[in-house]
Formats: sequence, C-alpha cells, structure tokens
Amino acid sequence: MALDKATVARIATLARIRLSDDELAPLAAELSHILTWIGRLNEVDTTGVAPLASVAAVSLPMRDDTVTDGNCADAILGNAPVAAKGFFAVPKVVE
Amino acid sequence: MNANQPLPTLAEAGRLIASGEASPVELTEAALARAAALNDRLAAFIEITAERARAAARRAEREIAGGRRRGRLHGIPYGLKDIYDAAGLRTTAHSRLLLDNVAAADAETTARLEAAGMILIGKLATHEFATGGPAFDLPFPPARNPWNTAHFTGGSSSGSGAAVASGILPLAMGSDTGGSIRVPAAYCGTVGLKPTYGRVSRRGVVPLCYSLDTCGPLTWTVEDAALALQALAGHDPRDPGSADVPVPDYATALRHGVAGLRIGYAKGFNDDGKVAAEQAAALDAAAALLAKLGAEVIEVALPPNDHFQACARTISHSESFAIHAEDLKTRPELYARVTRERLTLGAFITARQYVQAQRLRRILTRRVDTLFERCDVLLTAVIPGPAPLLEETDTSPWRSAQPLASVFNVTGHPALAQPCGFAANGLPLSAQFVGRAFDEATVLRVGHAYERAAGWTARRPALAGLSG
Repeated sequence: MALDKATVARIATLARIRLSDDELAPLAAELSHILTWIGRLNEVDTTGVAPLASVAAVSLPMRDDTVTDGNCADAILGNAPVAAKGFFAVPKVVE
Repeated sequence: MNANQPLPTLAEAGRLIASGEASPVELTEAALARAAALNDRLAAFIEITAERARAAARRAEREIAGGRRRGRLHGIPYGLKDIYDAAGLRTTAHSRLLLDNVAAADAETTARLEAAGMILIGKLATHEFATGGPAFDLPFPPARNPWNTAHFTGGSSSGSGAAVASGILPLAMGSDTGGSIRVPAAYCGTVGLKPTYGRVSRRGVVPLCYSLDTCGPLTWTVEDAALALQALAGHDPRDPGSADVPVPDYATALRHGVAGLRIGYAKGFNDDGKVAAEQAAALDAAAALLAKLGAEVIEVALPPNDHFQACARTISHSESFAIHAEDLKTRPELYARVTRERLTLGAFITARQYVQAQRLRRILTRRVDTLFERCDVLLTAVIPGPAPLLEETDTSPWRSAQPLASVFNVTGHPALAQPCGFAANGLPLSAQFVGRAFDEATVLRVGHAYERAAGWTARRPALAGLSG
C-alpha cells in the first residue's frame, strides 16, 4: 500500500508533527515500506498457531534447595529494648 | 613475528606456543603493533588496551613457562565488539549515550575467554547499539573493509570483521540479531559463526532484541571457530535465553569429512533474495565441490524470504524500541540520525502485529526443521553480493533491500558464513552452512572440509605499506 503526500501531511497534522514539504515525500516512502511489510505479515494464515515463546530448549533455572538465611537471633534481638533468653521481653499485658 | 605479518590463527598460535616457537608476549606485541599500524586506516578499534594486554601476556607467559598451560587458547590475543563487558573497561556500544559506561564485571563470554587464558587487545567498532548503520555523526568513525577501504565492512560486528580480516586478531567476538556476525564475516572474507539461539551466554552484552540476539566468534578459519566455540558454549543460568544442552567436542567433529552427509542447497533462495550472478555462481561451485568430496547434494526450498523479513523486522523493531524508548524520549539528540530513525519505527508496531510475527515465527521454524528431515546441513546465500561502497550503504530507517541472513535468527538454527570465492572487483564472496538446532558440530565439519578443499584462506587482503 502506497501513501501519498496528502495522506502523510494529514497523519502529521493528527500526530501534531510539523513537516516541511521536502520531508513529506521521503516520509511517505518510508511509511509505505512499513505498510508493505506489515501487509506481508498479515497475509499468512496463523489461525490456531500459538506464538513462539523461545526457539531454544530452555528450562527455567533452579536455585539450590538449601537454607541461606537464619541463625542471626543476636542481630535481630539487637533491636529489642529488652531481651531475655533469646526472646523479645515485653511488659505483661494480661493477668 | 612483526606488524608486517598477519597474526597466526588460533590453532597455529597454539602449536607455536606449545613448541616454544612463539610466546604470549611476542603474540601480544605483534597484535598491538599491527593494530597501531592499521587502525588509522581501518578504524577497527574503539579502544586498544595495550597496558592491560601486556600485563596479561606476561602473566600467561609465566604460567606457561611454569608448566601451567591452561589449554589451546592460553596466551593468544582476541578482541571484543564494544557491546561486551570487560571489567574495568568502558562498554560504549559505539554510542554517545554510553561514553562513561564502565563495566563492573566481565560478560560471561569474556570471563570464559579470560579463564582460557586469552589476551584482550581491545574493544572493537560496531554500529551504534549493534543496529543503525555506518554513520559519521558518532563519537567514533565506522570501520572500513581491509580488502578495499572505500567499501563497507558489513555490520554490525564491523570492527570484528576488519580486525580478523586484516590479521590483527585471530579471534574477535561479534553478536548476531539479523546477520551481524555473518554479514561482516562475509563482506570481510572471514569465518563467522552464529551459534544456535541459547548455545552461548549473552549476559553482560548490551542487548538489541531479546528473542533474536546471539553471541559468537569471527575467525580466519573454521577450525578456529570450533576452538572458540568450545570455550564459549555452555549453559549460563543467569541468561534466561541460555539452554542447558550438552556441549560436544567440536575438534573431533572436524576430523570427519563430508562423505555420507546430505547437503540441501537452497538454490531457489538465490532468485528469491536477488543474489548477484557471481555470488550465485560461487554457491553453485561450492555445492559441486561438496558433491565431489563425497556429500550427497540435493536441492531444497526455503519459505519465501519476505516472510522471514517481515517476521524478523517486526520482532526486532518492537523489542529494540522497548529497550531504547526511555532514551529516545529523554535524550534523542545523543543518537546518530540513522539509529534514532530506525529505533523510532518500533513505536508504530502494534502488540497485535508483534504476536502475529511470533505466530509466523513458529510456522517458519517448523518448516525449516522439516527440511532437516531430508538433509544434515543447508547451503544458502548469506549476502546478495560483495560489499557495497561505504557511501552507498542503505541507511534508510526501514531498509528497502531485503537482508538474507536474518532467516536463521528467526528460526534459531546455527549458521556459519565462510568465504567461497572472490568477485570480479576482488572482494570476498560467502557461503552459509546451516544445521539442526545445537548441531554446530556438523555445520563446522562441513565448513572445515569445504575450506580445506577450496583453499580460499590462503588469500589475505593486500594492505599497502605492509608487506603482510
């Protein structure tokens, strides 16, 4: 599909782009190229075809199933106003 | 060893080091001297890392002298397209946007070559962000073809092609999204291997298009491509596109000839891709030589090239726009004109068109897979003819000419470009061998057998002022 200069000028107005007369013809040619390729893309019947996600046989990487955290009771209790026997100590709230 | 001679190939340099006839320091000094002598003319390097290289060469020399040779690549010079990270060095992607971008860590590929003991000589010219085209409004000039400096190197691994063809380096890394390893290899008369998508890690390499990008070597011989791939191939859990597929011994594959293999020559692709008569004739001759060597050559038909092109362009323009959209909005003036115009086109492609392209991609990939039920390796054109003049290179945003190489970026198959003759004007012509997914071994086997029988590697570009 070829675009003429008038159509490109109209598109430019709609897109709020100011184009000089010299710029219209090359841009018409460029946009026509794109439409040609998109036309080729659309002529293939892809009914029922799932989009290709990856051409490679990729499996998601797994991390090692090991404990990488914990054993830092002292660091955590460092925030406590009062600690006792490895626990946060709080005022008694029920009798 | 001096600047007047091309560096020996990887295989030859390895033999010279093993026998004590050459040392890492000698090879490194030879590469640095040749780079210094030629870079004004070829603009292959963005940065030459002489001091870093000398230190690495001395270290390799000590290790080898101490009986700790790491392998066949230890102590041999190489170069990186300037989209590969090397810790402590700038990765500019040939762009004003990344002039201050110092890499914190090595790319996975860089790390593998460094672990093999190779010596980095410098960072090589590309097209801006591995796209765009040869441009003169960039912080560094475009590389020039060593066979004739008025001509284009091809891109975007342009400095890689120039550095290997001119014999400055036996190995330069490139990247290939739509032909960016194979086209400069073809125009510069070198070997260029685009591995299967997923075969070689891309972590630490500036991306252009997530679902099409591949990393691979440019070398002078097919044997060297096999040596390099051996070091580069393998799973990288930190590249989501990397595949966990076993890596065979590529050198072993080279020992077998082509007898018993079936080669599918996509002869009709020459007309479809508007391939020049002398390039088509060179491919016919390559097919005939392979038959003489004992292969069974049959004709096969690829799907229409413009379906591949529509698919590749829609995907690559969409993904590269997504990568660059923020910079295009906030600082467009820093890009070269051709890069800016080309990247901006992606804004006009709709989500629906992108998905349609991915559907078409599945159909095309399946159809090429079907061809491999009838043959082991495909032979096709990779360039329409010899390198054009630099000033006549088509840099329009939506290139009107149809490239040929991106066919196998769409399908992901491994593809090797290598010399298959010379045009009347003295510039190289190229053949492409393509194999089943992850079967680089058979592709290299055919390429190696053809290369030895055809003998094109004996011819080097004549570089005035150097007797090499």
